[in-house]
Amino acid sequence: MKIIACIKRVPTTDLQPRVAADGKHLDASGVQHMTSFYDEIAVEEAIRLKEKQGGEVTVLTIGPSDVSKELREALAKGADKGLILVDPAWTDRDPLDTARVLKGKIAELGADVVLLGRVATDRDNAAVGPMLATLLGWACVTDVIGLEIADGRGTARREADAGLETFSFALPAVITCQKDLNEPRYAGLKGIMAAKKKPVEEAPAPANTSQVEVVKLELPASRKAGRIVGEGAAAVPALIDALRNEAKLL
Amino acid sequence: MTTIVVFVEHANGSAKRGSLEALGAARALTSSVVAVLCGAGAEQAAGTLGKHGAAKAVVLDGGAWSPDAAASGTAAVVKEQQAKGFLASATSTGRDLAPRVAALLDSTLLSDCTALTQDGATRPWLAGKLVATLRSKAPVLCATLRRNVFPVREDGGKCEVLRGPALGAGKATLEKVEPRPAGKLDVSEAPVVVSGGRGLKEPQHFAMIEELAAAFGNAAVGASRAVVDAGWRPHAEQVGQTGKTVSPQLYVAVGISGAIQHLAGMKTSKVIVAINKDPEAPIFKIADYGIVGDVFEVVPVLTEAIRKAKAHG
Repeated sequence: MKIIACIKRVPTTDLQPRVAADGKHLDASGVQHMTSFYDEIAVEEAIRLKEKQGGEVTVLTIGPSDVSKELREALAKGADKGLILVDPAWTDRDPLDTARVLKGKIAELGADVVLLGRVATDRDNAAVGPMLATLLGWACVTDVIGLEIADGRGTARREADAGLETFSFALPAVITCQKDLNEPRYAGLKGIMAAKKKPVEEAPAPANTSQVEVVKLELPASRKAGRIVGEGAAAVPALIDALRNEAKLL
Repeated sequence: MTTIVVFVEHANGSAKRGSLEALGAARALTSSVVAVLCGAGAEQAAGTLGKHGAAKAVVLDGGAWSPDAAASGTAAVVKEQQAKGFLASATSTGRDLAPRVAALLDSTLLSDCTALTQDGATRPWLAGKLVATLRSKAPVLCATLRRNVFPVREDGGKCEVLRGPALGAGKATLEKVEPRPAGKLDVSEAPVVVSGGRGLKEPQHFAMIEELAAAFGNAAVGASRAVVDAGWRPHAEQVGQTGKTVSPQLYVAVGISGAIQHLAGMKTSKVIVAINKDPEAPIFKIADYGIVGDVFEVVPVLTEAIRKAKAHG
């Protein structure tokens, strides 16, 4: 089975961001990067599928050349090869553009299953997976917490507002991964050594065709200072009073 | 006058609140608002949309729910109506469907928007640590709207209900739904969220959080990442950067110190209450009202007080 996992380099989630002087970009100074949290779940699921069914896992990303660091982590866990579509300004791409670029490469490589995180934790669009599937004309289930693949078909459980939904589909398919799908493994020393010999290719990314222009980037309005209404259970009446008479909530 | 198409979700013959908010947001930009509905009960729900801002509603018949089939049908309505905008509520269904519709319209998508204009939107980046004002050059302005942000209109007129072409076969089809237990609200839609963190010490102490939520009557139970990672609570309840972003009327944080990733997920709540034994906990910096104290002592007393307050209206 041919499996492709798509990952994105994003700022670490503990970042306290600052806006750059142009008022339109994230200030890059001091920003540490990581593989987007949910993309790690996609990589793990790709490796598990390969372990169960055989096949090959390619990890695909759009980013600067040194995103090879994140790709090597995925290779150390058990993925077979990495491919970077090189673009040092990868964060300027909107979801449709990203989906178009990935679609071009995936259509060329061919795949049975493409896995992505349910959302990238920088722009929070949660759009690339279903857009990619739409452009490829493939089935897609998003926010997946359970996946079974057998005999060219799949079933996937997704976490929806109303409960758990189970979908069935024929391969090829695009799956976006939610947290409960699996627990990503750590790379062992053996894996880290093996990853050094695995291929990481680079190809230039097509020109950015994004339709979105940033007008302004700001820190959110800070909340009005609150107050401590008291200590211990004795403070409960003061809290009830505040909720009723100030906040008008009770 | 430009037309905006809104995908409307419904259950038991009435539209869901998030979809009504989306109709209101569309109506604020144009008087030509076209709703699209599919599934059983769509026609009945469509008939109620006039007062919420829809001028027309198009009902698409189909079999089992398939997001790709629904997306094709919806995109066809957008094209047929020559609409310049497409909106859905940022529900689990809306966020699944809207990117597909947008892709079929050669348009990008602005997700989870908190403000909308004729040619752009405002939306959070980094789970709300930044706010971006964006202009879209897409042929169709496509957006999903954060829930509990846009008002529902009640002042509209009549809505003409039309029947569109039946949906085609989908590539992925819904086989089964395991509903959330009755009375359990999702954190992202509940008007009140009561969340617990590591300060509860043991998973069974979440019973205390559930009782406080039950006392409010309209509350969902939330959790910090620490207790979800520890396996105490399901990920569906996690609030924060790698969980859900919520903006309820009232957010009650119990035994949550307030890591930056958690604060990003809840700081747009209208009113925040924090109960924590550590007066230096970061959660107190963004809470409107704080109680410093032992959660095991404070929460049962608070639960009883909320019960009484609710009983006396």
